[in-house]
Amino acid sequence: MDLLRFITAGSVDDGKSTLIGRLLYDSKNILIDQLEALEKSTRNRSDGSVDLALLTDGLRAEREQGITIDVAYRYFNTPRRKFIIADAPGHVQYTRNMITGASNASLIIILIDARLGVVEQTRRHSIIASLLRIKHVVVAVNKMDLVEFSQDVFNNIVIDYNGVAAQLGLKNITYIPMSALDGDNIVDKSRRISWYTGKPLLEFLEEVQLDEDVNLTDPRFQVQFVIRPQTGELHDYRGYAGKVISGIYKKGDRVTVLPQGIETTIASVESAGKEVEEVFAPQGAVLQLADDIDISRGDSIVKSDNLPQVSNELEVLLCWLDDKPLMTGNKYLLQHNSRLVRAIVKQVEYKIDVNTLQQQPVEGNVKLNEVVKATIKTATPLVYDSYEKLSEYGSAILVDETSNSTVAAVLIK
Amino acid sequence: MNNSYHLNYLEQLESESIHIFREVAAQFEKPALLFSGGKDSITLVHLARKAFAPGKIPFPLVHIDTGHNFPEALDFRDALVNQLGATLVVRKVQDTIRQRNLTEPKGKFPSRNWLQTYTLLDTIEEFGFDCCIGGARRDEEKARAKERIFSVRDEFGQWNPKLQRPELWNIYNGKIHKGENVRVFPISNWTELDIWNYIRRENIDLPSIYFAHERKVIQHEGQLVAISEFVQPDEQDIVMTKKVRYRTVGDMTCTAAVESTAETLEEVINEIIATRISERGETRIDDKVTEAAMEDRKKNGYF
Ligand SMILES: Nc1nc2c(ncn2[C@@H]2O[C@H](COP(=O)(O)OP(=O)(O)OP(=O)(O)O)[C@@H](O)[C@H]2O)c(=O)[nH]1
Ligand SMILES: [Mg+2]
Repeated sequence: MDLLRFITAGSVDDGKSTLIGRLLYDSKNILIDQLEALEKSTRNRSDGSVDLALLTDGLRAEREQGITIDVAYRYFNTPRRKFIIADAPGHVQYTRNMITGASNASLIIILIDARLGVVEQTRRHSIIASLLRIKHVVVAVNKMDLVEFSQDVFNNIVIDYNGVAAQLGLKNITYIPMSALDGDNIVDKSRRISWYTGKPLLEFLEEVQLDEDVNLTDPRFQVQFVIRPQTGELHDYRGYAGKVISGIYKKGDRVTVLPQGIETTIASVESAGKEVEEVFAPQGAVLQLADDIDISRGDSIVKSDNLPQVSNELEVLLCWLDDKPLMTGNKYLLQHNSRLVRAIVKQVEYKIDVNTLQQQPVEGNVKLNEVVKATIKTATPLVYDSYEKLSEYGSAILVDETSNSTVAAVLIK
Repeated sequence: MNNSYHLNYLEQLESESIHIFREVAAQFEKPALLFSGGKDSITLVHLARKAFAPGKIPFPLVHIDTGHNFPEALDFRDALVNQLGATLVVRKVQDTIRQRNLTEPKGKFPSRNWLQTYTLLDTIEEFGFDCCIGGARRDEEKARAKERIFSVRDEFGQWNPKLQRPELWNIYNGKIHKGENVRVFPISNWTELDIWNYIRRENIDLPSIYFAHERKVIQHEGQLVAISEFVQPDEQDIVMTKKVRYRTVGDMTCTAAVESTAETLEEVINEIIATRISERGETRIDDKVTEAAMEDRKKNGYF
């Protein structure tokens, strides 16, 4: 069975959590005791209806304030597909939590309140979707019940959002008018929105083509951990454990260890302690090499005829995620999968304005939630591809060594 | 593109978990795997074994022993440790109660679940563990659904749900200050059914109580609780012999049995697919107290 990971996004109160609740409820993916708990906790609502948002708003503070603070994960399946949902918070203060959920999603549902249309948070989340290159975008025009299911309202929002999408280079957009509260066009097609000829949301999610996201052509492997049992018959065993990030690896392949730049041959490919013919992304593996080379965690093993970039100066887009502002010239740790290097943010060129979606000069420090173009210098060279070419090999985080916090998402140009 | 280069969802989940295990082994100086004897921690051990083969699992298994165990689970634990050649650390809640003069919960189903936290924090301190790996899954409970895979705890073991670090892509930041520790949940994204399907696929052994067997039980608020040295019937209880299995293995005092005829893995999986009640709802006697029970426990250092 296929697996689709998706996220709901959009401004605060647009109905993201309600939508997920409705999706689970109408597809019979809520169990009896969970439903009882839900009914119990919403009994004091004036109209007696259940608040479906409470299915994902799992923290006390969220229930008290009626908002989502951090991303919640839900799991469900239909006979056709398995789904992992991330329910993101809409509030601007919690954007970093939304990015956390979005970074692993291959589809994003951006909700828009039909009464309000495209607002600042719609644009902010769309910028993130475009930065992260999320493959599929669904724009859910929600709360259609509050605008008398008007086709004009819907069409105007489609026109507005098409403008945003064009500016951001977002493609593959599907628009669905709905009422998450009442269940229109979620699992079943709405009779009240008869002018809409497309699919309801669930059917779309079940059918959307998941063109294999996995890159099998550019072999990339980073060492996570060196296995050296140093006992008995395994006395001289030395295996490099890691995940195949992309491509395929076989015994006999000519490979180059980077950043050292030393060439060797794969002596054996193992998985779970057994020798196998080959491994491919995203499998875990242990590689043994023909020559004795000094290799440690974070080093890359790539095919010699297909080399990534190696450089200590990077052009990047940064999403700043920390309350403390970014100061140019500050040192951070840059973590690129399992490789940790010291880095300096040398220069910030421009930021992306959330309202105009244009590049703008940065005055002063870079603040929480700002997206900027910057230059980073690393103490030792990084081995990478551009995020555009190979997202898993072109992404990194910055860590503040004094607080240990993850302070930025890094997308390498 | 050749179709054989495709991982199904179980293989994808396995690969994600193995990747997490290797990050733990490389990033921390003294990790430990918390082992309860239940199916989730047995699955964890299986994944750890795969992650580090042909080497041994490079950290000890730690059992925080409430003293209210199913004997079958303890036997299973010892046999597994033996077979792996792994190091097992056992620390008993009973000892913590004595040393720290804690008050034992009373009642007919005296759960030491909450007291485990004290023993866990003491054990972390005793050994200087900087990382504890656990088998919690996000589908179990809605506070768990909010927790990161690498979840940083302060020196009191506390989870601060409002201050979680961003966790981007598959990049895990395990940097901590001295005294803090990280709880890592490699099977966060697995569901109960994924675990069962994986157990079938990998032929993983489980303690016998996961399969239907006869047991003397009493009924408590609609749930079946086994009679044992820890749970004794009252006068008004009717002791029945029923064919049951366990869906989770926790303490004998707070884990309910499920009436079942499923004697094989195949049959268990079919029952799990058909059930309309959640794992926690069907098996935990102590969990319905408040909606925030789990969140509160986590804020106090619980798993
Ligand atoms: N009338 C109407 N109300 C809706 C609809 N969808 C959601 N709501 C209501 O809008 C309010 C906010 O819904 P939530 O689902 O909590 O919104 P959210 O987008 O998850 O909000 P955050 O997570 O805090 O950003 C609730 O009172 C919902 O009942 C809809 O389709 N129609
Ligand atoms: Mg919400």
